[in-house]
Amino acid sequence: MHGTRILDEADRLMTVCNSCRYCEGLCAVFPAMEMRRAFSDGDLNYLANLCHSCGACYVDCQFSPPHEFNVNVPKTLAVARAESYAAYAWPQALSGAFARNGLVISIVAALSMAAFILGFAALNDRSVLFGVHTGPGAFYKLMPHNAMAALFSAAFLYAILALVMSVRAFWRDIGTPIGGRADGGSIFQAIRDAGELRYLHGGGVGCYNVDDKPTDRRKFFHHLTFYGFLLCFAATSVATLYHYLLSREAPYPWWDLPVVLGTFGGIGLIVGPIGLFVAKMRRDPALLDENRYGMDVGFIAMLFLTGLTGIALLVLRETAAMGPLLALHLGAVFALFITMPYGKFVHGIYRFAALVRYAQERRSGAGS
Amino acid sequence: MAAWLDRAAGEQNVFNFVASGRWMSSKYDVLVIGGGNAALCAAISARHGGASVLVLEGAPKFYRGGNTRHTRNMRCAHDAATEILTGPYTEDEFWEDLLRVTGGQTDEVLARHMIRESKDILNWIVEQGVRWQPSLGGTLSLGRTNSFFLGGGRAMLNALYLTAERLGVDVEYDAEVTDLVIEDGMFLAARLKRPIKGKTEIRATSLVAAAGGFEANIEWLKQYWGEAADNFLIRGTPYNRGSILKMLLDQGVQEVGDPTQCHAVAIDARAPKFDGGIITRHDSVVFGIVVNKHAQRFYDEGEDIWPKRYAIWGRLVAAQPDQIAYIIFDSTVVTSFMPTLFPPIGGQTVAELAGKLELDPAALENTITEFNAAVRPGTFDHTILDDCVTEGITPPKTHWARRIETPPYLAYPVRPGITFTYLGTRVNKEARMLMADGKPSANMFAAGEIMAGNVLGKGYAAGMGMTIGSVFGRIAGREAAKHARN
Repeated sequence: MHGTRILDEADRLMTVCNSCRYCEGLCAVFPAMEMRRAFSDGDLNYLANLCHSCGACYVDCQFSPPHEFNVNVPKTLAVARAESYAAYAWPQALSGAFARNGLVISIVAALSMAAFILGFAALNDRSVLFGVHTGPGAFYKLMPHNAMAALFSAAFLYAILALVMSVRAFWRDIGTPIGGRADGGSIFQAIRDAGELRYLHGGGVGCYNVDDKPTDRRKFFHHLTFYGFLLCFAATSVATLYHYLLSREAPYPWWDLPVVLGTFGGIGLIVGPIGLFVAKMRRDPALLDENRYGMDVGFIAMLFLTGLTGIALLVLRETAAMGPLLALHLGAVFALFITMPYGKFVHGIYRFAALVRYAQERRSGAGS
Repeated sequence: MAAWLDRAAGEQNVFNFVASGRWMSSKYDVLVIGGGNAALCAAISARHGGASVLVLEGAPKFYRGGNTRHTRNMRCAHDAATEILTGPYTEDEFWEDLLRVTGGQTDEVLARHMIRESKDILNWIVEQGVRWQPSLGGTLSLGRTNSFFLGGGRAMLNALYLTAERLGVDVEYDAEVTDLVIEDGMFLAARLKRPIKGKTEIRATSLVAAAGGFEANIEWLKQYWGEAADNFLIRGTPYNRGSILKMLLDQGVQEVGDPTQCHAVAIDARAPKFDGGIITRHDSVVFGIVVNKHAQRFYDEGEDIWPKRYAIWGRLVAAQPDQIAYIIFDSTVVTSFMPTLFPPIGGQTVAELAGKLELDPAALENTITEFNAAVRPGTFDHTILDDCVTEGITPPKTHWARRIETPPYLAYPVRPGITFTYLGTRVNKEARMLMADGKPSANMFAAGEIMAGNVLGKGYAAGMGMTIGSVFGRIAGREAAKHARN
């Protein structure tokens, strides 16, 4: 017996699957399962975080419902995965944020954006807030650069701390690797696997939808979203270096590196999340954890909002709309940062840790 | 008009649709009865031949595909290693294997034809969307001869159905055929239990029967096995009731294969009556002893290595009282075989285990004590016929004999699990059915388990059912289309 009902069910399914093994070529979950004969809570959370819910094992399974063995691995692991986010959240007092995540994310985002608008309005003269500002330092007429840097650094560092503590708990729970500690080769392998979404492919044909016809839309739009996010992060980092090392103040011209990176990243963050949302609508409901709909959509919406306000700010930065848009964009980014450890963002962190673990197990030849 | 447009839009090639004549007539060129590997290969191949095709699958959509759902690989001849096959498997070697497992009960002309055609099937089936993978963990012995379906048999079926539908093959589920109208060896129409598009009778120029055997028809099995058949478990689909096979044989098609025989293995007695599939199997016999309900051993558990030992135990258990037996072993060997769906039943003492199994404790203790006393020292190696033997007991255990003495004592209850039946319709190289007088039917073809007995008179080798299905399915579809388009 396990700590939760969903882990009991995951254990039952892994026992069924381990006596069948037809799906071992589809992804990483089943080969990892085959290295074990019994499953601890940590093992099941590890397997759950290796799963992308592509659905291939469900449509390929001779025992999926309505068969009496009732094997639905994607859905069961989706629920277990979401519960693992709460189980490993740091501090534990905030794990409740995962229970009604869509609501929590919406409220935090709304409060954050409202706070920036109110703050801008309270601390700036009306003519400054709705004024037209151009040239270096234009943004800082509304909020001093040091204040901005301090606030966002604090939020970002807190997010990093909470994420590190969470993934540490996960890493401990999934046990001492059979083959030893995380080594460079395994980490490099995991970076490659995560970077190309190697296992999000339905065994090669793409994810399964309600019409039985697999497509790779989720993979494509996830790439847009993920690399869009990275480009935006790179834009901010380059801009910070410009500011402190070269004493060059934002806003930068459209051809300059931070703006180019941010523009492509922002487009990725607009198109990617829309695509993911549409792909989500087309998925077979049987595969999905409907109770985590809010968490999934909340995160997609936060990324979309970040991209949209960023691009809007770029386009309208030389107009009177710049002040309010800057407040909205900063509000969105701030909310994104502080909710990172308590929302769907964590899926990438746990998945990466699970991929490192999987690469270690493969390299050590465990179970073979 | 709208329906006409819908249908035309569904065609890959509108010219084919117009040329097929389906727009002016409800008669199909080729009717395929059945929905598994053989049926879909026939449907696709007939469609490639330009025929209009209707597939009638008696099962609901989820259960489509008969026993193909439970398969995982196919045995094809090949002259060189491939990406997923570790070495060549020549036509002659395939033939030798077939000769060995059937003890010569095969039609050499048909079998050699099938083996030759199997070479091309390796590529053809991939062109139909099926994907291969290397042999699964625990099946290394098949890595050279058998190609495994990525995702298993249901994945293979899904790919074939997608391809068939894309090509414009019509597929109906829950389409149970109640009668075949056959005149002088010529198929005219099939009658349906439930109307399809308002019709209860489907006419077609050619028929491909690919509807499996009769292993799920307990009443039919009882004709040969008596009441014992009530204790049989059916490993695959509950829909293989042999109704199409019976209609054909009753209407003058020549039969082939021993009607009294079926392929049976020992599976867990806790498995469902139908459709438990591969996960209920046990391959732990060699690691212990097997006793019947009187706690007595009845056969040499160490006679032979996999897969032969695997295939004989169904029949052996079927011959025991109440068709039940128990594989008994101890805690030292639990990790020597694949993890099982159902956990072993355990006890700290032999008596406790016997109690849980509802066996006579004294009898089981006596059997184990006698067996342990008879075990001679040796070097255990389950991958070869090792030198661990018993002396002075009957039956002996001639390999892998080790004492059962380390608690907890463990057991799996097993019953006969029926895989397939051998009775079928006789066919020629064109997959065309032969009538009782030996004459080929004008327009009736058969593929898959319904005609497997032509090639496989008895025995089995992994992956052969799929080979028979794909090869003869493809041939049957081609020939049926040729007949219909002439």
